[in-house]
Amino acid sequence: MGNAAIAKGAVAAGVRFAAGYPGTPSTETLENVAKFSPPSGERGVHVEWSVNETAALEAAAGASYAGARSLVTMKQMGLNVASDPLMCLAYIGVKGGMVVMVADDPGPISSQTEQDTRRFASHAKIPCFDPSSVQEAYDMVRAAFELSEARGTPVFLRPTTRVCHAYSVVEVLDDEELPPPVAPEGFVKDSQRWVIFPGLSYRNHEKLVRRNEELSAELSDSPFNAVVAARGARFGRLGLVAGGISWALALDELDRRTETPRLFKVGTPYPFPEKAALAFLEGLDIVLCLEELDSVLEEELLKVVGKHHLPVKIIGRLTRTTRVNGENTVELVKAYLRDFLADGEVSCGTVEPPVPPPLPMRPPVLCAGCPHRASFYAVKQAMKGKKSLFCGDIGCYTLGNARPLDMVDTCLCMGAGIALAQGVWRVEPDTTCFAFVGDSTFFASALTGIVNAVYSGADLTVVVLDNSTTAMTGHQPHPGTGRTIRGDVAPRVSIEGILRGIGLATVETVDPLDLPAAVATVRRVAAEPGVKAIVFRSPCAVLAKPGPALRVDPDRCIGCGRCAKELGCPALSLRERPDSGRKLAVIDETQCNGCGLCAGLCPVGAIGKGEQQA
Amino acid sequence: MSIRNVILCGVGGQGTILASKLIAAAAMRKGWHVMSAETIGMAQRGGSVYSNLRFGDDPIHAPLIGRGEADLLIGFEPGETVRMLPWLKPDGQVVANTGAVMPTVALLAGQTYDGKTMCDYLRQAVAPGHLLLCDGDRCRRELGTARVLNVFLLGQAVRSGALGLTEADVAAVFPDLIKPRFLVLNQQSFELGR
Repeated sequence: MGNAAIAKGAVAAGVRFAAGYPGTPSTETLENVAKFSPPSGERGVHVEWSVNETAALEAAAGASYAGARSLVTMKQMGLNVASDPLMCLAYIGVKGGMVVMVADDPGPISSQTEQDTRRFASHAKIPCFDPSSVQEAYDMVRAAFELSEARGTPVFLRPTTRVCHAYSVVEVLDDEELPPPVAPEGFVKDSQRWVIFPGLSYRNHEKLVRRNEELSAELSDSPFNAVVAARGARFGRLGLVAGGISWALALDELDRRTETPRLFKVGTPYPFPEKAALAFLEGLDIVLCLEELDSVLEEELLKVVGKHHLPVKIIGRLTRTTRVNGENTVELVKAYLRDFLADGEVSCGTVEPPVPPPLPMRPPVLCAGCPHRASFYAVKQAMKGKKSLFCGDIGCYTLGNARPLDMVDTCLCMGAGIALAQGVWRVEPDTTCFAFVGDSTFFASALTGIVNAVYSGADLTVVVLDNSTTAMTGHQPHPGTGRTIRGDVAPRVSIEGILRGIGLATVETVDPLDLPAAVATVRRVAAEPGVKAIVFRSPCAVLAKPGPALRVDPDRCIGCGRCAKELGCPALSLRERPDSGRKLAVIDETQCNGCGLCAGLCPVGAIGKGEQQA
Repeated sequence: MSIRNVILCGVGGQGTILASKLIAAAAMRKGWHVMSAETIGMAQRGGSVYSNLRFGDDPIHAPLIGRGEADLLIGFEPGETVRMLPWLKPDGQVVANTGAVMPTVALLAGQTYDGKTMCDYLRQAVAPGHLLLCDGDRCRRELGTARVLNVFLLGQAVRSGALGLTEADVAAVFPDLIKPRFLVLNQQSFELGR
């Protein structure tokens, strides 16, 4: 996996401190650093899931100040969280090499935005590597550490989903080939270096610009940036530029052709390798840019063309020749090249099959037995008929938006739900406002919102959905779990303790799978004035040991469908009885974990343990 | 061997990723180039998922497979198989489970959905002799669990000949990727229907 290759490369480069916050598609990187490295000894690596990306970046910066090589991992949304320290760190710099791995998500497949970290790199003036394959991700992370340490700057490595979650055969260094471990020098007091002040920033700003100009020239000779001569004479005046997975897709398509245009692969989009670009542009009439997310390469080429008055036309996203959103698929790249080369050399004659029957949509849903379903259902029952607002947040529980629960009215970004609820309540004080937040998100970014709500005198209920893990990204531990990424015991931070410490008078904890108690708790707590909290605590259904599957007694079931239609549990469906055609509820025993929520709902008590199922 | 393109598709939780990893590991042992891409993240929670898998002697640059380029489509669920059918080559092979997974949203919308319509369509749309429909429910009936459906379908795919790997090639990597306590069960599932 690409993320494992990055981890392996970082360990090979002698990383000593690795921190991050889970986020698709970056998550497996840090887990693999823990897997590939010892916790102690001369090659020991401290690996941690930090409370959020800001904490991860600041801690890693500290380790780098002390001379250790450090790695920070996050998804592109996380970079927004970490941007405050990172923008400043760009001016201060580092001593031990520091690589900030930010995974971008074209599509987006599992994100709120299609933002482009290459753009962030130029904004922050931080060099950026953009791997086009799993092998290159391994090679680049090592090069990124070298560059970082040589130039004293944090360096971005920004793979996209199709590199992070791709698998391939990778050639890696053997243990014997690794450079000998270097003990970090330690922090050396120097207030002229480590303390950011306006005067220092003024001086360093000029240094950053000069350094990036030098790097642009140096990187023009890097093997990660390559100009490939045209094959044949036919397309001699055409050029193609690409980076990341778009480069790999283009190569697959061009391999089918006998004649190809001149190619320019950009592996370091910032600083843009201007010298290499000039060599590439020499004698070309028109250049097609293939990239995802933003038009970074296209704009850089336009700058070069403008600066040097070159008579070359640049086409891509800005000319709407290529799509401005979503992923570059095999089909899109094929079509772009077919149109660009206008050669009719279409490689594959696709025969479209006959028109298929209508296919049902299959959006992701909360798992069978998921405690979040019970929590949402309890709040929904308790608030029936009342004017209420349900602010959601980022995690599995965003899936509470789907019918029939329909319990997510807003979702913006990590931790935003609480202050959002506060704002709505201020405008509509007759609304009973709830803010749902998961346990990991609670620690990552909910505390500021809660303090703000208390201080501003708001009236709302914070609902912590505590399944004791970071479920959506694959079950990472967090400060409330009492475990570390390596599985060791860690101090456990109490959610209730924090809430009481902030000053909430009412903090109640209840098992959401105990439906009557959960509904009663919601009614009681929501009626209290001010900011109050409910902690719904029940382990994630994927991790909890499943109980015996429940069964429907066909003699009792009246086929009302309440269980299936009110809960939306994937283990529940309705089937027609072969004899009478009446409906019968059916439980898929391979999915059911016996949570019992549907049994509590059934008006005739037809769902229970051990009854015979038809 | 020239590049072989394989797509596995199904519903999140059915075990497509492990099946894909087993094929990839077996192809690696042959010394071939191997690349694959997986659906990981939100869609894993009961959504439509697919794996792209490419291997062979020729160089491979990207892990993604285009429409009309798959030599083999291994479908874990009939509707999902139909969804991915445009990715199959005109003479490509389909190995598909007949057991349908009812999408919760379809149930709520009062839509009917049954695997039979999908299987009928597959019979009509796939080139004659290139469709192998499998009764995946045999895992539950004969082995007591549906959790080994992935390895059952893998066995069927290997024996269809379209994978370019032998039973021995694939079985050899089981111990590397399957926990010891589930090994025998998976071997039984792999051989089911031989």
